[in-house]
Amino acid sequence: MAEISPSVAELVRRVASQEVSCEEKTIHRLARIPRIDRDIHAFLHLATDRATKKAREIDRRAKKGERLGRLAGVAIAVKDNICVSAMPATCGSKILEGFVPPYDATVIQRIEAEDGIVLGKTNMDEFAMGNTTQASAFGPTKNPWNLERVPGGSSGGSAAAVSAGMSTLALGTDTGGSVRCPASFCSVLGLKPTYGTVSRYGVIPYANSLEQVGQFARRVSDLALLYDVVSGHDPRDSTSVTSPKARKSSGGFKGKRVGIVTEFFGEGTKDGVRRKVLDASEKFREMGAKVEETHVESMEYALAAYYVIAMAEASSNLSRYDGVRYGASTEKGTADWNAAFAKTRTECFGPEVKRRILLGSYVLSAGYYEAYYLKAQSARGLLRRAFEKAFKSYDILLGPTMPVLPPRIGEKVTPLEDYMIDINTVPANLVGLPALSIPAGFVEGLPVGMQLMAPHFGEHLLFEAAQSYEDAVGVPGAKE
Amino acid sequence: MSKRVAVLDGVKIGLEIHCQLTALKTKLFCSCSSDYRDKEPNELVCPTCFGIPGTLPLLNERAVEYALRIAIALGCEVPQRTSFYRKNYFYPDLPKNFQISQYDKAGGVAIASAGSVRLEEKRVRVRRLQLEEDPGKLTYEGTIDKSPYSLVDYNRAGIALVEIVTEPDFESAREAKTFLEKLRAIVEGLGVSDGELEGAMRCDANVSVKGGARVEIKNISSFKEVEKALNYEILRQSTFSGTEGGAEAETRHWDERRSITISLRTKEGEQDYRYFPEPDLPTLELSPEFLRRVREEMPEVSEVKAERYQGEFGLTPQMAKEVARDAKVADFFEEVVSKGAKASDAANWITGEFREEVRTAAASGDGRLKAGDLVELLKMLESKEATRGQAKEIFRGMMTTGKGLAELGKSTRTGVVLDESSITGLVEQVLRESDAVEKAKSDPKAFNYLVGQVLRLEPKADAKLVAKTLARKIKR
Ligand SMILES: [Zn+2]
Repeated sequence: MAEISPSVAELVRRVASQEVSCEEKTIHRLARIPRIDRDIHAFLHLATDRATKKAREIDRRAKKGERLGRLAGVAIAVKDNICVSAMPATCGSKILEGFVPPYDATVIQRIEAEDGIVLGKTNMDEFAMGNTTQASAFGPTKNPWNLERVPGGSSGGSAAAVSAGMSTLALGTDTGGSVRCPASFCSVLGLKPTYGTVSRYGVIPYANSLEQVGQFARRVSDLALLYDVVSGHDPRDSTSVTSPKARKSSGGFKGKRVGIVTEFFGEGTKDGVRRKVLDASEKFREMGAKVEETHVESMEYALAAYYVIAMAEASSNLSRYDGVRYGASTEKGTADWNAAFAKTRTECFGPEVKRRILLGSYVLSAGYYEAYYLKAQSARGLLRRAFEKAFKSYDILLGPTMPVLPPRIGEKVTPLEDYMIDINTVPANLVGLPALSIPAGFVEGLPVGMQLMAPHFGEHLLFEAAQSYEDAVGVPGAKE
Repeated sequence: MSKRVAVLDGVKIGLEIHCQLTALKTKLFCSCSSDYRDKEPNELVCPTCFGIPGTLPLLNERAVEYALRIAIALGCEVPQRTSFYRKNYFYPDLPKNFQISQYDKAGGVAIASAGSVRLEEKRVRVRRLQLEEDPGKLTYEGTIDKSPYSLVDYNRAGIALVEIVTEPDFESAREAKTFLEKLRAIVEGLGVSDGELEGAMRCDANVSVKGGARVEIKNISSFKEVEKALNYEILRQSTFSGTEGGAEAETRHWDERRSITISLRTKEGEQDYRYFPEPDLPTLELSPEFLRRVREEMPEVSEVKAERYQGEFGLTPQMAKEVARDAKVADFFEEVVSKGAKASDAANWITGEFREEVRTAAASGDGRLKAGDLVELLKMLESKEATRGQAKEIFRGMMTTGKGLAELGKSTRTGVVLDESSITGLVEQVLRESDAVEKAKSDPKAFNYLVGQVLRLEPKADAKLVAKTLARKIKR
């Protein structure tokens, strides 16, 4: 384990005061990444030119004594489904090979406005459909803690990049746990913010009504800072909320009410994971929080409702990839567009994407829409009310992020078994709640994550709880 | 050939009209210019309307206002909230391979429903209105079935469309065409669409004959073609009636060049559009304040106004149309009626021999037209305080001099002579002096001439009484 790196605030101070050269540091980092990433494969694209140019500009401004942004010189890795102009955006799919978006996502604009340095684009499960990053058309990413294990997914590249110290911060997207799952498997912090707090403009959608751009960091203060930079109303996203940003932490966790949700420890939960998370929750008790077991109703519907809604939206979102306007096309120069669409889509989509498009189309079909889609939406309503009720009694709800340890790469599981491990993460997406995965220790040498959930716009409660925890156990190290 | 079968019993026609909101400056969900006609292909596109991944639709609020103007003009019910749905189907002219539209089933609510339009003596029901985006445009080399490739122009993709769906209330092709012309006048009057522009108003139809199956007809490019296509289809289907099975439920394509409809697909081949709520656009609240503002800002279309005058004031269709034709004249009419005049009297007066003067005076807006004075004048006529001739003289004076009734009334000798003995005296005087007496016994024209002679002697004489007295005298 390497030396614990300084906080973002300290890094920014060093750059601003010209103690370090941002350009040198960036060049050094960019040179080091390929050596580490040979084994891990977190990056699909390194933006060497753009990053060094930005670093040079920051140094120049620092020299002139100009005020620098809150992320000045800080390296940020970006999941490959978030658009950065002049960088590829493949979504881990062959169908978007060669596609270069002509614009920056709002989150990228906000990061660059605060002088953050976009390092490059990270690997992911194709179109964010998966929890292992094995479903990338460009090969799997490996878990920095154990190269035979998956890093989780779908934002596995971003989590691994932070975990292995290649990037200080990272962005992912979380549709059903795609930030929290890899955060848990890679022993870093991963936040899924309240729905509507972070703009989705420029985020290539998997399931629009469920997903948010999430943040990865190793320190709570860094995570909170990155969240603060990228969040806030965006007039280009009609689902972006206008309500004020989450309040700052008031510090201290004494007297807070923490509910350990029994349903989060279901039958698929590994013993070691259960023990670690319960041990970690003891820390909250020691810090003076009121910790007790509780129930959340209707949780048994969450997984099915999630997959029905996500697949339905995905089947429609992914229709546009037909090879006509951008991306890959394997059939050119024919008037039989139907056959051309089919050929391109058959050859360029991976099996998991096809499975979800088929299932999604099915649940939206005449005669099935009511039985599946509408029923899933009403289950979503039930779950929303169940959480509203639970948050009347608790500030924070807690459980394991993932019920299992990181699976082996290539391990054979059925799709259903694979979907089952999302059981604790999908409720936050269905209800739009903020949820945070924090490292809770290791079992058999593999990371375990603890998930904290808060009411809508309760990010400050999550940061507060995580900060208290970090103060008690220390900043988790990087696996370098 | 088609003209001869224009009217046939048991014909039911419904229309589905797509009307571009051409008055908008930008597209429905992005800020690209909507002025796409005569532009280079794919010149007016941005990442959003080109379907670039990661872009999001942003609703053009003005489009909502314009759609609501149409809804209000067609007497539709407007819901408190409405939502957008995705209509999913693969077609190269759709940049996203789905169209953002609306849906009125399975929890969806279109922007308006249940309206109606008066068409002479009947009411045509409007089932619903919805707001949606136009697809792009495909170009083929040669014909659609032989072209080796197709070219796509997305300039039109994302243009705001209002879809208007009627109930099958038309009984002839002629009726359908009349409705379309009226609808075009309405959207033009509302300032939301210029129906003259190529492709701004497009129409699909469904036709059934004598309870037979419903046949959809697509690709009718202009209103001229509507009547032709419908008449062809009515004739085609009527040849099936009486035969076993009748016409088949299907979708047919109007082939303009050959003037026939050709089968596109049968009912079994219908697309399943997999409608579901558009997750990128939240439910749209149509607050009472918003609706009030739309109402206040929208011009009342003369067609709609004329309908209101028929219903509210009992004017004949012809009269209502006359009054409503000019907005300023209509305003004057409404003011006169609101101040207590009988609507039919006011309408007669305004659209009668003074029609041109009233229009000019109303247009000038200089206060020459005094509603209160006309009300008084009409009352004087009714109570026989003035003759028609006197009233006309006063009214003309008002419009030419700008003077009021009080002033003009003094200089014009008013008061009707109703005294029978003095009228008898005048009649006798005319009879003595005229040589048309014999002729007047059989010729009404000569009779009226004599009445006129009496009125020349005494303009205030009551014309009816003069006629009565004269008739009595010459019969004797
Ligand atoms: Zn556009």
